[in-house]
Amino acid sequence: MAENKGVMVCGEIIEGKLAAITLEMLGGARALADTLGEELSLVLMGSGVGNLTSEAIACGADKVYVVDDPLLADYQTDSYIVVMEKVVKQVAPNILLLGQTAMGRDLAPRLAFRLDTAVAMDCIELSIDPDSKLMLGTRPVYGGNARGVYASETRPQMATVRVKAMEPKERDDSRKGEVISIESGLDPSMIRTKIVDKLKEEVVGIKLEDAEAVVCGGRGIGSPEAFQDLETLAKILGGAVGATRPPCDNGWVPSTIQIGLTGKIISPTLYIAVALSGSSQHMAGCTGAKNIIAINKDPEANIFKEARFGVVGDYKKVLPALTEKLKELLAG
Amino acid sequence: MPNMIVCVKQIADPEAPPGSFRVDEATKSVIPASGVSQVVSPFDEQAVEAALRIKDAHGGKITVLSLGKDFVMDVIRKPMAMGADELILLQDPAFESADSRSTAYALAMAIKKVGEYDLIFCGRQAADWDAGQVGSGIAEFLGIPSVTVAKMVDMVDSKVKVERVVVDGSEVIEVSPPVLVTVSNELGEPRYPKLKGIMAAARKEVPTWTAQDIGADTSQLGAAGARAKLLKLFVPVKEGKCEIIEGENPEDAAVNLALKLREAKLI
Repeated sequence: MAENKGVMVCGEIIEGKLAAITLEMLGGARALADTLGEELSLVLMGSGVGNLTSEAIACGADKVYVVDDPLLADYQTDSYIVVMEKVVKQVAPNILLLGQTAMGRDLAPRLAFRLDTAVAMDCIELSIDPDSKLMLGTRPVYGGNARGVYASETRPQMATVRVKAMEPKERDDSRKGEVISIESGLDPSMIRTKIVDKLKEEVVGIKLEDAEAVVCGGRGIGSPEAFQDLETLAKILGGAVGATRPPCDNGWVPSTIQIGLTGKIISPTLYIAVALSGSSQHMAGCTGAKNIIAINKDPEANIFKEARFGVVGDYKKVLPALTEKLKELLAG
Repeated sequence: MPNMIVCVKQIADPEAPPGSFRVDEATKSVIPASGVSQVVSPFDEQAVEAALRIKDAHGGKITVLSLGKDFVMDVIRKPMAMGADELILLQDPAFESADSRSTAYALAMAIKKVGEYDLIFCGRQAADWDAGQVGSGIAEFLGIPSVTVAKMVDMVDSKVKVERVVVDGSEVIEVSPPVLVTVSNELGEPRYPKLKGIMAAARKEVPTWTAQDIGADTSQLGAAGARAKLLKLFVPVKEGKCEIIEGENPEDAAVNLALKLREAKLI
């Protein structure tokens, strides 16, 4: 096992670009590689992805392994796992990181078990133990109530990384790196699943993940209609509306706006939490929010432990007055 | 008619107030809070619901497997009360101190013993350790395809159709059985057991299988088969410095909050 060397990031491509999580992982993985004095590599799988290598190098990679095959145009477990197994066996990295995304959470466990190693899922922090030189992965457990620190002695040491948990490196186009092509070795018969349709949820206005201001409603909002009031406030702030799980599960709002452990992870400057209790499950999705404002009629609600400012009161009375006053202030 | 297997886990109620949550850092374990009841992990209930919807539409048989210890029988019988046909418990000291890998191995071996299966359902993750590895792991040990984080599962002709949640919507995936599907909360609320179902479930025999019963290689089970090591478990410290904005009435407090946000340059 001693021969396993280097930190490898499994890249993701969204609409022809390196995904934000990939750039974040390159940033975080660069620090791990430097601590160990090892190389940082990125694996790029897809169809026609060769043009992304210079950005990957500028953002921290020393080597980019490109696996280009039309069969890799869409993520599918069966094709990506075969390619990753091949790349890992060829390169023998010490550490392998994937994003905690639809792709990473699907691929990482199967890949880890196939390689007879372990993976720490959804890590928010990665470091190198100064004595053992093992990677330590910190991940929220019990719905975010606790944190577990994990390590594994098998190689590669694997982790998936939570979106927005790490900072991308500033792009430096003078960085040099190497690009290596690897044959996919795929044939269509290896892929047992078939994507027959893609249903895209249309986003009106700013994307939740990109919004600097988010107004989020919980169970206490009570109805789909009442979410309109949150929309009004969000519009004034130039932000977006999110929801906790219950309004999504009740069908009041689409599940694509769910914020939390099993929904979207956001880190806005301003987060207005309306009629939501602040369960750990939900807070897992907004721990990166810089300023949390709580509006809740229950003074004991957990959200007041997380918030910077709070108003104890019925949101039906608080929200219209707040919206009105903010409108006035922003107009002036 | 499809043969279906659903894997469920009994856990402490994850909806319990966060304030009651404590860990023992020395043993790296959670201290059971008084008054917090045991439940079937919520995503696993949704996995049961997904299987029941297929049974409603196409018939078939649902076998529920649960690996654990200290089972509360009224709790763990709930999937049967909802409409599943059989429940088998996996309980053996050899299964304990497992990681996701050794748990997946044990469940895969139990599934092989059950024999025929077209669809295997798991929750997307257990609502205690939140790892989300066991479902995919079972598929890997069985060598069958897996589709994760499903919001809809159906059978069309002889194919399984799964709508899988992705970041900007969903993908519809078609696959021939056998297949393992992990189910997410987007599937919708699981049904409540009816009194008749509860009574029928209470009368059913529930066999317990040990490591020997499922023909497992003990070097792959429990701590021996684990590859992940938990080094530390702790509860993060919260600062908790919320400034409550007061007012004559809620409207007045709202106005003061707006002024405060301006003062703090947040707007």
